[in-house]
Amino acid sequence: MFMSDKQAPVLSRERIEYLRRIRFRKYATLAVRILILVIIFAAWEILAGLKLIDPFITSQPSRIIRTLGNLYREGDLFRHIGVTCLETVAGFLIGTILGTGIAVLLWWSDFISRVLEPYLVVLNSLPKIALGPIFIIWIGPGPMAIIVMALAISLIVTILEVLNGFLSVDPEKIKLVQTFGASHLQIFTKVVLPANISAIINALKINVGLSWVGVIVGEFLVSRAGLGYLIVYGGQVFQLDLVMTSVLILAVAAALMYQGVVWLEKKLVKNQQMYGQL
Amino acid sequence: MAEELVEVRNLGMKYQSPNGEIEAVRDVSFTVRRGEFVSLVGPSGCGKSTILSIISGLLKPTAGSVRIGGEWVRGTSEKVGYMLQKDHLFDWRTIYQNVVLGLEVRGTLNKANREWVLSLLKTYGLYDFKDKYPNQLSGGMRQRAALIRTLAVNPEILLLDEAFSALDYQMRIAVTDDIYRIIKKEQKTAILVTHDISESISMSDRVIVLSKRPATVTAIHDIRFNLKERTPLACREAQEFPGYFNMIWRELDVHV
Repeated sequence: MFMSDKQAPVLSRERIEYLRRIRFRKYATLAVRILILVIIFAAWEILAGLKLIDPFITSQPSRIIRTLGNLYREGDLFRHIGVTCLETVAGFLIGTILGTGIAVLLWWSDFISRVLEPYLVVLNSLPKIALGPIFIIWIGPGPMAIIVMALAISLIVTILEVLNGFLSVDPEKIKLVQTFGASHLQIFTKVVLPANISAIINALKINVGLSWVGVIVGEFLVSRAGLGYLIVYGGQVFQLDLVMTSVLILAVAAALMYQGVVWLEKKLVKNQQMYGQL
Repeated sequence: MAEELVEVRNLGMKYQSPNGEIEAVRDVSFTVRRGEFVSLVGPSGCGKSTILSIISGLLKPTAGSVRIGGEWVRGTSEKVGYMLQKDHLFDWRTIYQNVVLGLEVRGTLNKANREWVLSLLKTYGLYDFKDKYPNQLSGGMRQRAALIRTLAVNPEILLLDEAFSALDYQMRIAVTDDIYRIIKKEQKTAILVTHDISESISMSDRVIVLSKRPATVTAIHDIRFNLKERTPLACREAQEFPGYFNMIWRELDVHV
């Protein structure tokens, strides 16, 4: 038996030592992480301040803060963030739902799956960015074209990832429910889908990243608002402050959205167990 | 003599694949009486499991026929319960939910059946674990749960397809004993497929020896032990045991 806090109120000396060590390690890791960030920004600020690097090209943390303030005061900050986040979330959701749906269809019909296989392979290897101009001409410049761009990048990967999960379900588990006379639909709902919750969540995690790529590329190509637009615009007028600010906001937003999926994963896995207790 | 519950007549099975044809089973006939425990023993990959799949209705034979209780087998039947090599309890379901899986799939999860399942869990010592998840149970308990899942739909015949073979040796002997008692207590007819000679002798009333592929019936032996209470463990120690073992071993004609 392992000793845990619950079972053994009196801890052995070794145990206390062990717990102390892992706690120390946890704080040390956190401290060094923060330190690295502080050093990078401090060095950046000081080197730029001393003109050892050219702040016109590299920008500077204090300038970034000022730019952030300006954007906020002009009322543009949240508009740009909002537009980009909305496009990303839309692309992400549609990509996941549509991709999972198509994967279900392909799992369902061996024939369709076989027929579509070479198309999926070609579409998967095609750099989707090349389709950007086509989308813009077909759909017109605007958020819709950008969402479709994000979709194009994430959809095929989702299909392949989820389908792969569906197909890797242990055939013996399927045989088990078949011996009870399960229909195709029951095989899916009782075995294949519940066995693949984690595969679907993994697809979500990949999708978050890909949706950001799609949206930013889309905004590079065509847009009048959004973080991608700010980056391109900043580059064109040689305003590195604007570019750096936008990139930093982007990093924070992407990280937050990823954490959102992680949170959802915990929630879903917990739900699954709760569903288990009904 | 009890009535014949399962009747296998001139069964033949040929698998087709682009690379050719594989004949797995050729002209296999045997019967199983109600309440009997019969083993099919044969070398690995000889087509034993194919025979079980055909009896269960999961596979259609290319020749011959199977009747259960006088009715032709035309698909999966409620009379048949199937035990696979591993317990295949679903991680995402509690023990109770795993055990009612068959009833759920068949749409017969009513109050009476729920109570029947709970009584099975009580009888076989899993009631206190019914809300636990499979990974919280020992290997032996998982096998019990898997058996209860099969018994829950109240089949007349149990098909055991290399059941327990995923367990380690000691666990396997213990589980075999356990499962045997439960099957006898519930008065089920059982057909066990195995490549383990000892296991087949220790559990069965009759052993059907199959040849290597394509499987044909080499011999059928009645297994009788002079024991007061027959259990697989007691059989393994009985004086008749080595005689049966050697005979079947010779008939299997194993070459390395």
